[in-house]
Amino acid sequence: MSFLELEALGKAYGGVDVLQGISINLSRGEILGIIGPTGSGKTTLLRLVNLLEAPSSGSIRLDGIALNDLPEKEKLSARRRMAMVFQKPVMFKGSVQENVSYGLKIRGKKDQKIVRSALEAVNLSGYQSRDASSLSGGEIQRVALARALVLQPEILLLDEPTANLDPKSAAAIDSIIQSLAGQSTLVILATHNMLQCKRLASRVAVLMKGRMVAVGEPEEVFDLGQEQLDIAVPW
Amino acid sequence: MEEIWSGLLQAFELIITLDPEVVGITARSLYISLASVFLSSLIDIPLGAMIESREFWGKRGIISLIHTLYSLPTVTVGLLVYLILSRNGPLGSLEILYTPAGMILGQMILITPIMIGLTISALGEVSPQVKDTAKSLGASELQIMITTINEVRSAMLAAVLLGFGRALSEVGVAMMIGGNIRGYTRVLTTAISLETSMGNLELSMALGIILLSISLLVNLAMNRLQGR
Repeated sequence: MSFLELEALGKAYGGVDVLQGISINLSRGEILGIIGPTGSGKTTLLRLVNLLEAPSSGSIRLDGIALNDLPEKEKLSARRRMAMVFQKPVMFKGSVQENVSYGLKIRGKKDQKIVRSALEAVNLSGYQSRDASSLSGGEIQRVALARALVLQPEILLLDEPTANLDPKSAAAIDSIIQSLAGQSTLVILATHNMLQCKRLASRVAVLMKGRMVAVGEPEEVFDLGQEQLDIAVPW
Repeated sequence: MEEIWSGLLQAFELIITLDPEVVGITARSLYISLASVFLSSLIDIPLGAMIESREFWGKRGIISLIHTLYSLPTVTVGLLVYLILSRNGPLGSLEILYTPAGMILGQMILITPIMIGLTISALGEVSPQVKDTAKSLGASELQIMITTINEVRSAMLAAVLLGFGRALSEVGVAMMIGGNIRGYTRVLTTAISLETSMGNLELSMALGIILLSISLLVNLAMNRLQGR
């Protein structure tokens, strides 16, 4: 039994399929890079795993338990084992401290130390009292990552975490993701950046028009012959 | 003109010397209106949040109806609540007609459309991403609602203040449900109406000045909040 199992997962909006037949088994400590062009269904897949939306078909199993049919209360418990960082994260009104500790607060936890270390990890030490609305795009992205990291999620879902970031901020986020490799966290990283995917992922899944067209270790997917690569990663 | 000046001077004297009747009427007005706004907020804000956050058949119609009821005449609400609270009405057994409790209930009904409507409008301004972010970080439905309301807290406070202003300045419900009983249900608006008809202009003016001052303070607070 795998930690997270996606089986024939599909999602349709208004009769149009945006994801079809996604099946993959994932273990703790893996970093799965989902690569694909804009509109290939990467974000939708992450939203389904995070239970933000219900799939139109197929199932998601966490520790062997099918999540889709669970009552809302148990879905909430499952969701609390994960955290997601969106492509364009939003900050809640208030300070950086309030934003980073949001997930802890709603779980009834108060751990200032973990907030401080999460901010240190994203190179934002001393930002606690800053008004979140005054942050730059790169800082928002890093605070959003810290906000997810403080929860020590078993599954970390990252949607284009370094898109629109300057190289220094992107490198900082990359090194945090890298540091999670081999630990107990399963990281699912959606990106259209092939180099980032190759550098960070322990496995790569290629999404094209809502279908998973290739899955394998980065070398298997990226070191295909040019002709095969064009088929697997044709953009 | 001289009569007005003299009345105004006497009115200020009544206010400055803290005339017991003026103080009593003002305190009662504030108590009834604050209680109705407080209780109404407890019901209307979550109700507005529920309507805003859920998709259901007839949602647009309900929102249109709520907007229409913004300008509900106070005497119509007075009549409705009178029928409900009168001896033979559905809540007649509560025996709260001509009591402050009845007035609070009436004012709650009066300001409900404004409170729900403004809650829906304010929450409609919140980006869906805020809800998604809260949900993805493990917030329950209630916690998502609280987070969303917190995002537009200035607008929500403005809604509460507007509700308070409408409750404080209305006459219809206070007169028809309260009955304008001296020392018991007489409030600023009903006292002004009565004292004017009796020719006690100085007392009317004193109460009018107080009502105007409270309204001014409410408006200043609202402008400040909306400027944020």
